[in-house]
Amino acid sequence: MVQSPSNPAQSTNRIGLTLADYKGAPSTLCDGCGHDAITAQIIKAFYELGIAPHQVAKLSGIGCSSKTPAYFLNRAHGFNSVHGRMPSVATGANMANKDLLLIGVSGDGDTASIGLGQFCHLVRRNLPMIYIIENNGVYGLTKGQFSATADMGSKSKVGKLNEYTPIDLCGLAIELGCGFVGRSFAGDPKQLMALLKAAASHKGTAVLDVVSPCVTFNNHEGSTKSYKYAKEMETPLHELGFIPFYEQITVDYEPGSVQDVELHDGSHLRLKKLDKGYDPRNRELAITTMLKANEEKQFLTGLMFIDEKKPDFVSMSDLVDAPLATLPQERTRPGKEVLSKIMAELM
Amino acid sequence: MKTLAADSVQKTEQGRVVNDFSIQVATVNGSGSQSSNNVLMRTIFQMGIPVSGKNLFPSNIAGLPTWFTIRVNKDGYIARKRETNILVAMNPQTAFEDVKALTPGAICISPVELKLNDVRSDVKHYQVPFTELAAKATETLKLRKLLTNMIYVGVVAELLNLDDNEIEKAVTGQFPGKPKVVPLNVNAIKIGREWTRENLKKDDPYFIERMNETAGKIIIDGNEAAALGSLFAGVTVVAWYPITPSSSLCENLIDYLYEYRVDADGKNTFAVVQAEDELAAVGMALGAGWAGARSMTSTSGPGISLMAEFVGFGYFTEIPTVIFDVQRVGPSTGMPTRTSQADLLSTYMLSHGDTKHIILLPGSVAECYSFAGEAFDLAERFQTPVFVLTDLDLGMNNWMSDPFEYPTKALDRGKVLNAEQLEKAGEFARYKDVDGDGICYRTLPGTDHVLAPYFVRGSGHTEKATYTEKPEDYQNLMDRLERKFQTSRKFVPKPEIHSEPNSKVGIIAFGSTHFAIYESRDQLKAANVPTSYYRLRALPFTEELRKFVESQDRVYVVEQNRDAQLRDLITLELPDLATKLHSVRHYTGLPIDAQFVTDEILKQEKK
Ligand SMILES: Cc1ncc(C[n+]2csc(CCOP(=O)(O)OP(=O)(O)O)c2C)c(N)n1
Ligand code: SF4
Ligand SMILES: [Mg+2]
Repeated sequence: MVQSPSNPAQSTNRIGLTLADYKGAPSTLCDGCGHDAITAQIIKAFYELGIAPHQVAKLSGIGCSSKTPAYFLNRAHGFNSVHGRMPSVATGANMANKDLLLIGVSGDGDTASIGLGQFCHLVRRNLPMIYIIENNGVYGLTKGQFSATADMGSKSKVGKLNEYTPIDLCGLAIELGCGFVGRSFAGDPKQLMALLKAAASHKGTAVLDVVSPCVTFNNHEGSTKSYKYAKEMETPLHELGFIPFYEQITVDYEPGSVQDVELHDGSHLRLKKLDKGYDPRNRELAITTMLKANEEKQFLTGLMFIDEKKPDFVSMSDLVDAPLATLPQERTRPGKEVLSKIMAELM
Repeated sequence: MKTLAADSVQKTEQGRVVNDFSIQVATVNGSGSQSSNNVLMRTIFQMGIPVSGKNLFPSNIAGLPTWFTIRVNKDGYIARKRETNILVAMNPQTAFEDVKALTPGAICISPVELKLNDVRSDVKHYQVPFTELAAKATETLKLRKLLTNMIYVGVVAELLNLDDNEIEKAVTGQFPGKPKVVPLNVNAIKIGREWTRENLKKDDPYFIERMNETAGKIIIDGNEAAALGSLFAGVTVVAWYPITPSSSLCENLIDYLYEYRVDADGKNTFAVVQAEDELAAVGMALGAGWAGARSMTSTSGPGISLMAEFVGFGYFTEIPTVIFDVQRVGPSTGMPTRTSQADLLSTYMLSHGDTKHIILLPGSVAECYSFAGEAFDLAERFQTPVFVLTDLDLGMNNWMSDPFEYPTKALDRGKVLNAEQLEKAGEFARYKDVDGDGICYRTLPGTDHVLAPYFVRGSGHTEKATYTEKPEDYQNLMDRLERKFQTSRKFVPKPEIHSEPNSKVGIIAFGSTHFAIYESRDQLKAANVPTSYYRLRALPFTEELRKFVESQDRVYVVEQNRDAQLRDLITLELPDLATKLHSVRHYTGLPIDAQFVTDEILKQEKK
């Protein structure tokens, strides 16, 4: 691997890179924006996992949230696409090069409004990627209009009341058969970190719906996507611990108190149950729990659902080992005899 | 065996019309007549006579009128012909109108119960008891309808003197891998033929006689040809959404990919997705092009409209992909099963902002094949979406062609830097015009070098692909894109120019209009208007255009749209020569025919 030398005095991860090697350009978002908090966790998660940045491709749509791929992993290729259409670009990139680790960042406007169709179809195809929705209940970049995830009855900055039912993107993802659905909060770095790492180890679409307050347009009294509301109302379903595949499992828990999920790459996600005894492998339970929480205005976070066995888009595509983008002409242009045979059939 | 037709040859030596007429079969769609029509067309083709087959069909699955026209022409004219000489009137819904539209002296073959002989007395009627004959052909009620179609093949075969062996060969070719079906159909044809010989007296001038004009030729439609071109261009990613008349392009391609692009261990060297819409289809194609695959999508007008935002993105961020537009009649749903060339302008400048695209304009099935390959090379060379514009007539109808040639050029993957090259260069700026041709170097995601990554963004960007709103940065970028576009003029297919010495009248046309022009020029010459012909094969225009227009007094731009879109583009290109340009436009949804072109030009020439 060709990398620029890093300062040996700094601490490095298992592939010899420093935290700085995972950073991006300085953020241009508002001070205190939830999106920046998520960016920080992405940088840390990828650093700690020791993922080679060149194997990553960052994608996004349009919005404040969609700007953030420029603020992490400078050493990865990035693609800031058009509003709501990142899923299709990600699909094409995966078709061309299945070895890329795709991370997509979107907003609630980008995913739940203009991009809802593409989001659904991405999930339906189980395209392997981390899909983060930085959910602030507003359109930040166009200055504070309601988004489709704004809670019914929540107030906009200018005092308008939202009268429509919100779209619950986690519920929708589970309904669509998504194999990895997590909900978290930009102000809960520990949980977010575990979910991000687990998402990177998951084979298939991993949807992370992260409440990410917009300090400029939707952080006021009456907003259900404000820091204050989210902090007060957050109800974690479990305590999450992540053990990457390259680390020995050392602590053993008392049987029954912890649920262990082995992920595709051999990493483990440990869920220490809190009072409810939630089982994220139970799809019906996940749906009913979420419906109930929404009715009771509870802000549940954690791993809502997991089905790590579901076949992903790549395995369904039955591809040759080498990424399609790297195939030489000898493997993609059939021989002369093939054309002659086809021509003879048409005579 | 002495045939009825052979019998009457002696009788009417004078006034015989040999190998120069058109046959129209009127049926309802979903009745299974397609196989019979193909057998008829193939038989005549196998007998060495140039043919073309056009299916005029409704946007419907079953029960609505459909017409299949076979043009037989010894001189190789294969455009649509307006007059029908031989009608097989199987559809009661349209029979009356169909007969009324015939030229005097035409013949009409119809089921006896339709009683069409009263409709026109200047038409020769052959009435056939199809129901009765079908009952003889099979005991299975379900099959009778299908075999009725083969019975009319028998009737036509006897009247025109078609060769039995060739018929059998055509039937066998029509039902590959279904050995049981072949004798059933051959027998039905025989029943029709024998009944005709015994019960009808040939009293018309139309005959087929063997020629040697089709040996070694193929019959194919443009969509299948474009699919083959893509296959041999080494396409690896295909994303599409079904729409008439383009669906069969990707459907054929998928069949070919599964046949010829699966490795020995059963793994695919390609990926195909039927997307949720055209917007997603082109998004996938661009995502794949960015990541280094040869990607494509195919669609028609409504899909092109949906792709607009993404295509501008692809132009601005410089991502290769190939988009086939098999044009149909618009706007909106328009007439989805009719042909048109009305997407030229909107495709050329597709998307908001300053955008212009390379468009290839195949004028034959052979070019549908070769330009498909060319399009992938150009897309990767110029790092931009490239369009291939065909239409329903070219894409879905049957055309005779010389067999396609195996590509001699290696794939041109364009300016892509790998890790070693980056290491050697020591620097990389994605949007820097290093070579002065407007085309920059790119790297692919996954390249293991610290210089490789860059950030694709639809917003203003610097040479290093960083965000900018600086006026000079934006203008420099737009100027460089223009420089790149100018470079492409030297790389796109050149026009095909047919010069007539001393001609004063020029014709410019593109795409499927070519066949009508080819025939019309002979008609015009016979009317003392010799013409030179410029067949445009790509946009942007090449340097030959000015010379051609300058060399003629008047230039007729012939095209199949209402607004003279090509004429307008030429006017923009050569404003000083604009007064020389005249327009001939055909926009009924039917393919343009030679007589129309001839009449229009003669009218405007005041002859
Ligand atoms: C086709 C199109 N329509 C509208 C816009 C304008 N627009 C830009 S961002 C945005 C909303 C973004 O909201 P969200 O995804 O929630 O991102 P946030 O800024 O809140 O992070 C809109 C409507 C656009 N860029 N493109
Ligand atoms: S407007 Fe809101 S979402 Fe956008 S950067 Fe500012 S705080 Fe963040
Ligand atoms: Mg938002």
